[in-house]
Amino acid sequence: MNKILVFLEANNDSLKRTSYEVITAAKRLTAGENVVGVAINASAEQLAFAGEFGLSNVINIKSDLLNDYSSTLAANAVNEVIGEVKPDLVLFSGNARGLELAPRVATKIAAAYVSDCIDFEYDGAELIVKKPIYAGKAISKMKLLTGTKVLTLRPNVFTAVKQDATSVSVTDKAVALNAADKKVYVSSLAKNEGKLDVLEADIIVSGGRGIKGPENYNLIEDLASLLGGAVGASRAVVDAGWRPHGEQVGQTGKTVSPTLYIACGISGAIQHLAGMSSSKFILAINKDKEAPIFKMCDYGIIGDLFTVLPQLTEKIKANK
Amino acid sequence: MNILVCISRVPDTASRIIVASGGKTIDNTGIKFVVNPYDEIAIEEGLRLREKNGGTVTCVVLGTEVSKDILRTALAMGVDKAVIIKTADDNYDSYFTAENLANYAKTLNPDIILLGKQSVDYDSLQMPSTLGELLNMPSVSVVTKLTIEGTNVTAEREVEGGKEVISSTLPCIISAQKGLNDPRYPKLPDIMKAKSKPIEEVAAIEVAARVEIVGLEMPSKKRIGKLVTDSEVDIAEIVKLLHEEAKVI
Ligand SMILES: Cc1cc2nc3c(=O)[nH]c(=O)nc-3n(C[C@H](O)[C@H](O)[C@H](O)COP(=O)(O)OP(=O)(O)OC[C@H]3O[C@@H](n4cnc5c(N)ncnc54)[C@H](O)[C@@H]3O)c2cc1C
Ligand SMILES: Nc1ncnc2c1ncn2[C@@H]1O[C@H](COP(=O)(O)O)[C@@H](O)[C@H]1O
Repeated sequence: MNKILVFLEANNDSLKRTSYEVITAAKRLTAGENVVGVAINASAEQLAFAGEFGLSNVINIKSDLLNDYSSTLAANAVNEVIGEVKPDLVLFSGNARGLELAPRVATKIAAAYVSDCIDFEYDGAELIVKKPIYAGKAISKMKLLTGTKVLTLRPNVFTAVKQDATSVSVTDKAVALNAADKKVYVSSLAKNEGKLDVLEADIIVSGGRGIKGPENYNLIEDLASLLGGAVGASRAVVDAGWRPHGEQVGQTGKTVSPTLYIACGISGAIQHLAGMSSSKFILAINKDKEAPIFKMCDYGIIGDLFTVLPQLTEKIKANK
Repeated sequence: MNILVCISRVPDTASRIIVASGGKTIDNTGIKFVVNPYDEIAIEEGLRLREKNGGTVTCVVLGTEVSKDILRTALAMGVDKAVIIKTADDNYDSYFTAENLANYAKTLNPDIILLGKQSVDYDSLQMPSTLGELLNMPSVSVVTKLTIEGTNVTAEREVEGGKEVISSTLPCIISAQKGLNDPRYPKLPDIMKAKSKPIEEVAAIEVAARVEIVGLEMPSKKRIGKLVTDSEVDIAEIVKLLHEEAKVI
């Protein structure tokens, strides 16, 4: 491809990990110098991190109107950058922001759009992407038929690969945005202090009905915090009011693909599997050896979680 | 308040999915089709907005004749009007759906359009934003709390690592996430009554495809599948495997 535009997102002092994933994915399709980053109100220090993944060119949209993020304005701004860069492909991460912004941008430029890609093939002419459908029960191969194309990539699937660091040349771009187009904007963001989200975690420890009650969740939390992971839950647990909605993994909860998923007292209903089956490794703990989760796991411990979890936590601690 | 709810017809989430011969569609044999679970939440939100503000709730689906069954469910839940944008077959992409829904929405001029956060068949996750662009309306996706006062809209949603509060104004597009509300179950008499209610039909307009399905495959499920007992030795073995074989801890 002649040019690929990748959407970068700042995070604290650097960029989000998903931005590095998107850069790495773009470099599978074209030479590094053909990949151009686009960011909104990022700092040169933050953008310098893109160099570690081999990106050397970034257009940094500057606009006071975008200090509170607005999807309608961001789409206008990115659209202007697209007009300048003229990419064949625009890549976003499939996180909350990307999933909302990418279809707006695609519609503006009349581009084919596919969300949640997990893989792609490009033969120099046609781009065919793979995307899970029916909550991952099948994979669809889709061909994008328009000249310019837009994709979102499922987080945690395209592993970010570091390169010999290059310096990043940042071009600030003042875009002329219209305050009247700011029809929707983020008025506040409350960070989950100290609490890692299942969507960002490398390791997730989830509890199911087998945990018996919210008072026992410390068993899950202890293991999760030891591993630097996040706490998840089955729908049974969320519906019982033991844990918040945001922790639900599954077809009507969050779709996760951590490196390690530990399912404790979860039977492995098809709707739960749908949300975690693309995890790299799965460890299940269940007292019923016939539980469906055991057909889907890499490692399984058949036993009572109330005795297994403390031992497992102890042994991992000892091993560190 | 003029409320439009868009709903899609999807396989029940408990369905086993098998690729049909031809390799491009799924085998529908034995599959029960239902209202997309997130769209039930959107319907419920529409009904609650009507209960609070007055007005009408119109429910629309794009699909073939069979999709009327989910409109009956919506009518039983209490929507005022049901509309099907009729297609000849199931062979269309998300953009086709968006153009057609936008086209219909223009005739209705709604104050709010409610959708589900995703349709659990193709999980396209794009309708709210695409409609937003086509209709030049603001949109907020994946909403877990919605407050409307006058024309001011405040929506909450979970994002990676936190919770965002988003401000907007009517007319606006909102997509529903679990947690927004608990959808009501239709009552038997209402289910009976819904059977004879009218369903308006609109013919779909042609829209050139932007995306083509070239094949479906089943996900590869190669898992190590090592099962052990809960003895101390076995648990130690698993820790060792996580460390040395999977290299994840
Ligand atoms: C439309 C729809 C959407 C849904 N979406 C989701 C979703 O997003 N996510 C989701 O998770 N579910 C979802 N479900 C629900 C799903 O079908 C299951 O009901 C749910 O996943 C079951 O949760 P569970 O495994 O925690 O409970 P159960 O199925 O009750 O399993 C509990 C397990 O714990 C084991 N156990 C009990 N005690 C112990 C012990 N002491 N030690 C070890 N093991 C023990 C049992 O052997 C059993 O296997 C959905 C259902 C529907 C209809
Ligand atoms: N065929 C359809 N008819 C009406 N509404 C639809 C249709 N497909 C999707 N939608 C709506 O768009 C939402 C998001 O779907 P999607 O972007 O396809 O994942 C769904 O939850 C529905 O509210």
